[in-house]
Amino acid sequence: MTDQTTIKIDFLSKRKLATIFSFLLILVSIASLATQGLKKGIDFTGGTLVEMSFSAPADLNELRQVLTTAGFEGAVVQHFGSSHEVLIRLLPDVSLNTAALSNKMQASINAQFSQPGELRRAEFVGPQVGEELTEDGGLALLYAMICILIYVTVRFEYRFALGSVAALAHDVIITLGFFSVFQFEFDLTVLAALLAVIGYSLNDTIVVFDRVRENFRKLRKGSPSEVVNISLNQTLSRTIMTSLTTLLVLIALFIFGGEIIHDFALALIVGVLIGTYSSIYVASPITLALGISKADLMVVTVDQEELDKIP
Amino acid sequence: MMNHFPAWKNVALAVSLMLAVVYALPNIYGEDPSVQVSPLRGAVVNTLLLTDIKETLKNADIPLKASEQSEHLLLRFNNTEQQLKAADILRDKLAKNYVVALNLAPATPEWLRAFNASPMYLGLDLRGGVHFLLEVDMQAAEKQAIDRYATDIRQYLREEKLRYLNVAAEDGKVLIKFRKQAIHDAALEQLSRQFRSWEFKTDPTTPAKPTIIAAMSQDERKDVRKYALQQNIITLKNRVNELGVAEPVIQQQGDNRIVVELPGVQDTARAKEILGATATLEYHMVDVEHSVSDAIAGRVPLGSKLYNNREGGQILLKKQVIVTGSEIVDASSGIESDSGSAMVSVSLDGPGGKKMSKTTRENIGQPMAVVFIENRTDTKLVDGKPVRVKSVVEEVINVATIRGHFSNRFQTTGLDNTAEARDLALLLRAGALAAPIDIVEERTVGPSLGQDNIDRGFNSVLIGFVLVLIFMAVYYKTFGLFADIALATNLIFIVAILSLLQATLTLPGIAGIVLTVGMAVDANVLIFERIKEELKNGNSPQASIHAGYEKAFSTIADANVTTLIAAIILFGFGTGPIKGFAITLSIGILTSMFTAIVGTRALVNASFGNRQLTTLKI
Repeated sequence: MTDQTTIKIDFLSKRKLATIFSFLLILVSIASLATQGLKKGIDFTGGTLVEMSFSAPADLNELRQVLTTAGFEGAVVQHFGSSHEVLIRLLPDVSLNTAALSNKMQASINAQFSQPGELRRAEFVGPQVGEELTEDGGLALLYAMICILIYVTVRFEYRFALGSVAALAHDVIITLGFFSVFQFEFDLTVLAALLAVIGYSLNDTIVVFDRVRENFRKLRKGSPSEVVNISLNQTLSRTIMTSLTTLLVLIALFIFGGEIIHDFALALIVGVLIGTYSSIYVASPITLALGISKADLMVVTVDQEELDKIP
Repeated sequence: MMNHFPAWKNVALAVSLMLAVVYALPNIYGEDPSVQVSPLRGAVVNTLLLTDIKETLKNADIPLKASEQSEHLLLRFNNTEQQLKAADILRDKLAKNYVVALNLAPATPEWLRAFNASPMYLGLDLRGGVHFLLEVDMQAAEKQAIDRYATDIRQYLREEKLRYLNVAAEDGKVLIKFRKQAIHDAALEQLSRQFRSWEFKTDPTTPAKPTIIAAMSQDERKDVRKYALQQNIITLKNRVNELGVAEPVIQQQGDNRIVVELPGVQDTARAKEILGATATLEYHMVDVEHSVSDAIAGRVPLGSKLYNNREGGQILLKKQVIVTGSEIVDASSGIESDSGSAMVSVSLDGPGGKKMSKTTRENIGQPMAVVFIENRTDTKLVDGKPVRVKSVVEEVINVATIRGHFSNRFQTTGLDNTAEARDLALLLRAGALAAPIDIVEERTVGPSLGQDNIDRGFNSVLIGFVLVLIFMAVYYKTFGLFADIALATNLIFIVAILSLLQATLTLPGIAGIVLTVGMAVDANVLIFERIKEELKNGNSPQASIHAGYEKAFSTIADANVTTLIAAIILFGFGTGPIKGFAITLSIGILTSMFTAIVGTRALVNASFGNRQLTTLKI
């Protein structure tokens, strides 16, 4: 028998507090997304981006001057990573002659700037492609959630599915909100990170649900909320361990992965933290609130038995 | 209760690990800077060529590390400096018949290559190069097809003696006007039979002038688009070959786009010009019967057209085309010995040669003109929105009197400079694009950034990996070490599978590996925590190990399948960088389940399985 004394923390007694906390975060996120939105990268807005490196620190004001005289008005110039590297961005309405623009820009920098630069990276995304990427990104998120909803319904029960998808929506909104509030750049890699967060957070939630299901079948006594609480406690050390190892590598990625991967790592760090929290305080309470009970899970499904046979 | 694996399981594990090591191994050998020599038009790669090249390099004092001969020649060098020098020398020597391209060839040893093992394929963000997404202008493709049909219809009606008033292409349709209803009826019937892929019907709005509206059928429209796309892919392949790029990628994406990836290409301006260029030539007879000044005043004779020449003047040419660029099979640039001006030597195909032969025989002493045609696309701001404006530049570059009869080989002069002659020759050789293309996306990564990305990616994998190793060993002791071994094995498996599939490894792909490293231990954490619980519940160590693995399995499976769903959807919707991430994440999930469940179990069984245990430290 499972040792019922493993209950150390009464998670669910703080349910109300957690609900308020979550709502507050979601509210702030939505408000920020609605008012200032995301700082979308050129992947989504379309436009031109050129990264150049110089042997000596580059004077941004001089560079802006050079670009303005060369006809690139409205170019956003900033250091990238170090003072030797410079990132230049042009929005699509400025980038008239499309793909040839980055070459013209390099040529004028090399001709007029006080020191020659080396091209690190040049990107051009047509406005139409940008729109498609935005659309595809949104669709990917939506389809991922639908597929997961179906899988969890089949493997568990629809209330678990709703609980886990609510937790995912919670994580996605808050991570997006984080990027909106602090105006970190949102590009394709961050979108990929967001989908990885979905995968990760779900992983966490499923582990808890799996235990809840097992305990509902095994424990004869206890109200649904007690059973859930026991399950949360039993899986707690695993939840913390896995979050820690994942955060360890993400922090390594954040620090050593370089500028391009920076925002990606950041999105994942935020997502993993939120995802860990939500698998405890969002997914389970919602499932409980939807009225999950022992009777819903008593039937042992066939595939469960089959799966257990495999070592 | 004992925990042990049957012998076959241990053997299977050992074999799969060995295979993984073999296929992961090529990645540690790095790459040789090398030069790739590929034949053009009829040239061959043989031992003779190789001996010749070896001799040349020897004379230039460039040591050759190794060479390989297949459909192309691969010459390996010790360093980039020698590679660049050799490429320059060979380009001068072989430029006419061979493409000389720089390459980084994997330095995989012979015995590994025998297993067909090769290193991971690095994406452009890691090796440097350009990625283009090109969009084919399908409207233009359809318009061209409609114009072609209008000409065919005109010719058919003429041959069948069905007198028409006018045949005109308009708004994606061909309008055929007649004077008499009877002819209209006959034409309608015959045209429907002759042009089966088109739909013909009577225009009910113009009973006074009986008119047939001809439109492409849906199938025909689809075919036209498909043809334009495929023809463009072929042309782009030819052009890329001419540019001299080792291992280019040219692929269809969707139904109107083409991806072109050029590893190692740094001169993106030239690549863009060559890829998107639509320049071609047309040969016309000069209209000598009518006056140019009349035409300029607006009285352009039927069957003739006014053209600009490069000097700023105008000239009247016959509309009828003798030959076009598509009939040119070969072209090379050079300098004309008499005038010292740039020229292009042209060879025509059979039908083109015949037409040229006929024309020149009949028109000795008459002037013939060469028209240079180029489609240009510019983006202009209209009401604050970028709008693409297309224009066709048609210029007469040369007018010469036909001195004698010639057919399929001749020279064209009048080009501005040798660079223009070279590019034009290249474009004529590679063929014209069936429809104009626009670059809708470009991603260029310079070589230094590529190397930086590799270094950073490698460092973060390494650091993350070591941190997790330490963490697990400290927390779970012996079991933690097992998990560490499983994690290391997992990395080998991921690298082996990526190498085997030759899937493209990108920087986000490396991030996917890092993430997998963090998440891979999850399965072990689940198992170990479960074993701990079982021990706490008073079960014997052996029973706890058994139950731990057993009970954790379905949890691990469920948790990983859901993550896999997210990864697969990422793969389906993602482009470039996202796909790379999704691939490594998916592979990582699958291999980590294998190593974390089966791998650690084998280790646990081998260490603890056959002993009577009273306590278990975990």
